[in-house]
Amino acid sequence: MDIKDKISTLVPGVEFKEQGDLIAVIPAASFHRAAEALRYDKEDAMDYLRDIVGMDWGETLGALYYLESTTTHARIVLRTETADRENPLLPSVSDLWKTAVIKEREAFDFFGIRFTGNPDMRRIFLREDWVGHPFRKDYDEKSNELNMNNEVNADVTTEYTLKADGTLTTEKHVVFEPDDFVVNVGPQHPSTHGALRLRVALDGETVKRVDPVCGYIHRGIEKMNESLTYPQTLALTDRLDYLSAHQSRHALCMCIEQAAGIEISERAKYIRTIMDELQRIDSHLLFYSCLVLDMGGFTPFFYGFREREMILQIMEETTGGRLIQNYNMIGGVQADLHPDFQKKVKEFIKHMRGIIHEYHEIFTGNVIVTTRLKGVGVLSKEDAISFGATGGTGRASGWANDVRKHHPYGLYDKVDFKEIVYTEGDSFARYMVRMDEIMESMKIIEQLIDNIPEGEYRVKTKPIIRIPEGNYSTSVESSRGEFAVFLESHGDKTPYRLHYRSTGLPLVHALDTACRGQKIADLIAIGASMDFVIPDIDR
Amino acid sequence: MNTSFLDYYSIQPVTSWIHEALCSVMPEALAIFIECVVIGVVIVALYAVLAIILIYMERKVCAAFQCRIGPNRVGGKGGLLQVPADVLKILTKEIIRLKNSDHLLYDLAPYLVILASILSFSCLPWNKGAHILDMNIGILFVLAASSIGVVGILLAGWASNNKYTMIGAVRSGAMIISYELSLGIIVLSMVVLSETASISGIVESQANGWNLFKGHAIAILAFVVYLIAGNAEANRGPFDLAEAEQELTAGYHTEYSGLHFGFFYLAEYLNLFITAGFASTLFLGGWMPLHVAGLDGFNAVMDYIPGVVWFFGKTFFVVWLLMWIKWTFIRLRIDQVLVFEWKYLMPTSLLILILMVVLKVFGLVF
Repeated sequence: MDIKDKISTLVPGVEFKEQGDLIAVIPAASFHRAAEALRYDKEDAMDYLRDIVGMDWGETLGALYYLESTTTHARIVLRTETADRENPLLPSVSDLWKTAVIKEREAFDFFGIRFTGNPDMRRIFLREDWVGHPFRKDYDEKSNELNMNNEVNADVTTEYTLKADGTLTTEKHVVFEPDDFVVNVGPQHPSTHGALRLRVALDGETVKRVDPVCGYIHRGIEKMNESLTYPQTLALTDRLDYLSAHQSRHALCMCIEQAAGIEISERAKYIRTIMDELQRIDSHLLFYSCLVLDMGGFTPFFYGFREREMILQIMEETTGGRLIQNYNMIGGVQADLHPDFQKKVKEFIKHMRGIIHEYHEIFTGNVIVTTRLKGVGVLSKEDAISFGATGGTGRASGWANDVRKHHPYGLYDKVDFKEIVYTEGDSFARYMVRMDEIMESMKIIEQLIDNIPEGEYRVKTKPIIRIPEGNYSTSVESSRGEFAVFLESHGDKTPYRLHYRSTGLPLVHALDTACRGQKIADLIAIGASMDFVIPDIDR
Repeated sequence: MNTSFLDYYSIQPVTSWIHEALCSVMPEALAIFIECVVIGVVIVALYAVLAIILIYMERKVCAAFQCRIGPNRVGGKGGLLQVPADVLKILTKEIIRLKNSDHLLYDLAPYLVILASILSFSCLPWNKGAHILDMNIGILFVLAASSIGVVGILLAGWASNNKYTMIGAVRSGAMIISYELSLGIIVLSMVVLSETASISGIVESQANGWNLFKGHAIAILAFVVYLIAGNAEANRGPFDLAEAEQELTAGYHTEYSGLHFGFFYLAEYLNLFITAGFASTLFLGGWMPLHVAGLDGFNAVMDYIPGVVWFFGKTFFVVWLLMWIKWTFIRLRIDQVLVFEWKYLMPTSLLILILMVVLKVFGLVF
């Protein structure tokens, strides 16, 4: 049955928008019923909630729900809204998808929409004493003075429930009991990989609960985008997940190109795909280094950096940057490949294949490593899907979620590569997925590097691009999961709302489930094996 | 067995000559007092110099393992002045006083750690006739003195009033107390083999062969167990859970700065040296030269190398072994550390002790 017919029978009189993505507009009253029916559908269960995008449409506040089925990989967008701007309430879907708990907190933080039934309605990125909700179009930027006092974190969360007679009741949930031994891991800590803060309740050495506190490097990138022209928005994507700089920018460029109807050259596609894969190897090498360092191994740490340096030099020659590269542009790439590029990439692949055994000899086969990683921090497949833990973390749990396979972009439909899937779901499987993906990425590059067609690397575009009204989205497989761009345009030269799917936020959210009952040392190792990057969580 | 080289090694004549020269110009009590002061100063100076050498060695050794060069700018090509410069820097650093700490215990802790370290350091047999603390139960005194260190670590963790330091201190306490058992039992097995608990006696009993070779495979197994337990005692990787930078930022000494931190740092490196020093005393013959039965010419040449060189050579070899271990393995987890000790290492060391006694009783040792 067609998805449109299915929704129409569920909710009579549902409205569809088809400018760009297919969106089903569902009234808030019947939204939860419709979502539940789609989630548990017999033939095509939409069991993966990609993202919730809070929206301010002027008269109404609402949210877009991007759903995907893990079996058929079909996608659908749901839209629901409320006209009450003073006290906006929407039904929560946190009972259907676990990831909604944290995604709805984001929508509450930025738009002030309270989700009835969500057990945790604290702010997530901004301070708990922040005034107003900054992503609303009528937000006054001067409403918050610079606050020099320490933020006090609440140990209690509030759940709102809407009764049938329209009254709102509240219920308290305790995060930490008063006599819990709560340790702050971060925001300044050697192994949180950035300014992430975890409040961890301990029972001796055993972890009882992990509560992530995000937002220490929240820069409001999505808000900034709303006042930037489309070419200007590109500058900020490299600053999200700096180890997926190419992939993130690739996604945004593709989204704008699709929406504006710009056709890029074959050469640009080759360059983008090769760069994406180089970036993936770069990121996975750094993953290896960070994992071993977090477990106390200093020597293997340098192995990863030794080979990563070669990639950075290759990238520097072509793009001029090592971490922030600003290489993809609307219509192609910034500059043509350096004349030595192909030679050096081939040299690197040869070197890497010859030296990868060193990585495994010092780390993978070590008895301390296997006892510390195997069977630790297990995330089941159901949990991985429900949390939306994409990328290597999901694939280690047996969830085949590689965007390159299921929604090919670039040249991924033309190259032959294996999607690495493990079923154990423990830290060791997460580690092995990355190590195997390094080999697959090299295979992809080898297939492309000798066949780069001649042609222009960039088609000319106008400096001011106007995108026709509608909702557009693209997703790519970044180094650590599905990175997606959700764009709503109202026909202006600036986006009305430009939202990025964070690859790390679901992983941090899943940390609590994976770490409970494990030791402190495991918390650090599990965190490293999940491989999140903080600027991408906070945006 | 030709033992004439022992007379060549002894520095007893020199020390007796100095003592007599002093006695001829002053009362004997004053002479002994002056000698004690001088020896004390020498120990502390040697302690500091050895720390500098060890830190430099650690930096160079780990750099070699990690495909790096290591210090190479300060003080010429080899970076020889890097560590003295760092020591100078730490001497000038402010000692930060915490508002909500237990001041007395907080200040006391580093001194306890360094005291334990210097006490056991003074028992090392440097050369024949150069034992500073030597008594008939010397090796038991070392075990007792080195245990004071864990009190300092526990106090440091407790008095800092910080959750990280507390976890680090508790880990350290649990680990050191556990591994001390294996260490003590292994030391006992070597006492059985040498028939004495005096440190100089243990060394001299090895004149006709090092304990490592005298006790067959059992002594070699004992040496391995000693290295593991000694590594844990010295709080070094893969047993550095008490500091565990990636988990507990700096473990029990997170809140220490300046010279107080310097004391912990110094003690850590010297404990490495002490562990290695007693490994060479117990197993590798201390200051005894290497003799191979039958090669008289070779043995004669070996005899010309002074004992103190032998001692340092062997000790730095063991130090290098321990550094190799540290820079190869990743850190263990606390439950694994304790399970390893109580389930495997301690039964093994008990077995070693029993086998060693059996060997000795039936005269099966060399």
